Amino acid sequence: MRWINRRPGPVLATVLAALPFLAVLGIYMIGSEMRLAVNPSDKLLPAPTTILSTAERLLTEPDRRSGEILFWLDTWASLRRLLIGVLIASSLALVMGILIGMLPYMRAPFAPFVAVFSMVPPLAVLPILFIMLGLGEVSKVALIVIGIAPFLIRDMSQRVIDLPREQFIKAQTLGASSMAIGLNVILPQVLPRLIGAVRLSLGPAWLFLIAAEAIAADQGLGYRIFLVRRYLAMDVILTYVVWITLLAYLLDFALRQISKRAFPWDGESL
Amino acid sequence: MSYVEVKGVAKAYGKRTIIENINVSVAKGQFISIVGASGCGKSTFLRLLLAQELPTHGEIHIDGAPMAQEPGRDHGIVFQRYSVFPHMTVIDNLVAAIAFDTNFWGRLSRARRTEERTKARKTLDRIGLGHVAGQYPADLSGGMLQRLAIAQALASDPKILLLDEPFGALDPGTKIVMHDFLQELRDETGMTVFMITHDLEEAFKLGDRVWAFDKPVWDEEDPEKNAATITYDFDARDDGIPFQTLRERTNVLQAR
Ligand SMILES: Nc1ncnc2c1ncn2[C@@H]1O[C@H](COP(=O)(O)OP(=O)(O)O)[C@@H](O)[C@H]1O
Ligand SMILES: [Mg+2]
Repeated sequence: MRWINRRPGPVLATVLAALPFLAVLGIYMIGSEMRLAVNPSDKLLPAPTTILSTAERLLTEPDRRSGEILFWLDTWASLRRLLIGVLIASSLALVMGILIGMLPYMRAPFAPFVAVFSMVPPLAVLPILFIMLGLGEVSKVALIVIGIAPFLIRDMSQRVIDLPREQFIKAQTLGASSMAIGLNVILPQVLPRLIGAVRLSLGPAWLFLIAAEAIAADQGLGYRIFLVRRYLAMDVILTYVVWITLLAYLLDFALRQISKRAFPWDGESL
Repeated sequence: MSYVEVKGVAKAYGKRTIIENINVSVAKGQFISIVGASGCGKSTFLRLLLAQELPTHGEIHIDGAPMAQEPGRDHGIVFQRYSVFPHMTVIDNLVAAIAFDTNFWGRLSRARRTEERTKARKTLDRIGLGHVAGQYPADLSGGMLQRLAIAQALASDPKILLLDEPFGALDPGTKIVMHDFLQELRDETGMTVFMITHDLEEAFKLGDRVWAFDKPVWDEEDPEKNAATITYDFDARDDGIPFQTLRERTNVLQAR
């Protein structure tokens, strides 16, 4: 049988899915062991047991000065920035995308503007944001919005344009106003597309968040990683990296589930 | 007497004239079948009737009204594909025909929606779609989809029904069932219908008149050069060939 027609069974599929993770873990353990064998105080690749005990300390022990558990404070600070930024960007994209996609009078002025604006490298304007908006929360959220909104807007307007013309004609013959078409024909059909686009832009959103936190913040996951970098605290950094990855994955997973539940008429997606 | 009046209509895209010199009048309740080679402008003519596009020359009047500038509730349309809304259940596709027109938002109040759903439910039962009322279009067969599309188009009580190759993608058996379905609906509503088809038998079976779109003059060098028009207007009431009589003058006779 050809390879394109062979499929792993459910058990084998699970094993295959786990394989790359186990391989990475294995390689790390071997590397760590080799380095520690040469120099027991090596900080670069701490033993998995060290990382676990560091993680446990980070998650449970309160900070001596503030009495708070910094790990959770950082998590909450970062998640709040990320979620607010993504929420603002996606609301903006939904409204602008639908308007640009359906109304020639909105497309004419805004489509070229968004196309050019999306080419501005967000990190290059970060200093401007810090100068104009200060070093507080606003500039970090703004960076995320500026970073992902143009992509989301362009994707949304293209999705609207991609809808079959026949549906617009049909809606008109049923007497729908432009508003009724936007609300009842376009909006429900681009919502699952928006969720898909947001899932794709979560990666960049984290990137912009961590960049902003690394430069100016007093709490947050990105801030902590760049703070402890000075002490070469690889065990802390690795704990935070794994945690960020897990958070990002869970967000992605949650969005996919929401999309599946809320839009049963929509086809399968990855 | 004449319900749909088409006077001196021509349509050009840029320099290229697709159809020209179209003069026809159609009585209320007539079923017009439109046949012709691919690309000769049948769908273009339908888009003009639908007011999706405006003619370059000439005028189209329905029921004596001023010429429509955009599609509206006077027009019912069924395309070969994409005619129903994929994100709405079968029953909500029917309710949309009422909801879209009620107000600016195209939304019914909760009470009104329940009421309209009850009505739609009856329609669905009558046209044999009652058992799939809660399903989405993606779960329906081609025949069921077109049945729904036709019912949806008629639910807004249009003045003319336009069908662009509605059964073109269906298997022969389903086609025959759909013919019966369409004929029944037509007997009930007395609807004026324009249907494009590639199936001559279907054209003569369903139509009262069959219009053939063609180019009166073909250019050997450039087949895209000349515009098409209605070259024949057959009377198809007695099952057509071989019983049909030429109904009106033909444009071929006056070709340059
Ligand atoms: N919007 C348009 N712009 C330019 N040319 C068009 C447009 N729509 C249709 N045409 C051309 O008009 C011709 C007739 O098209 P159409 O009416 O779809 O043919 P039919 O339905 O008879 O197969 C085709 O050659 C097509 O390329
Ligand atoms: Mg066509």
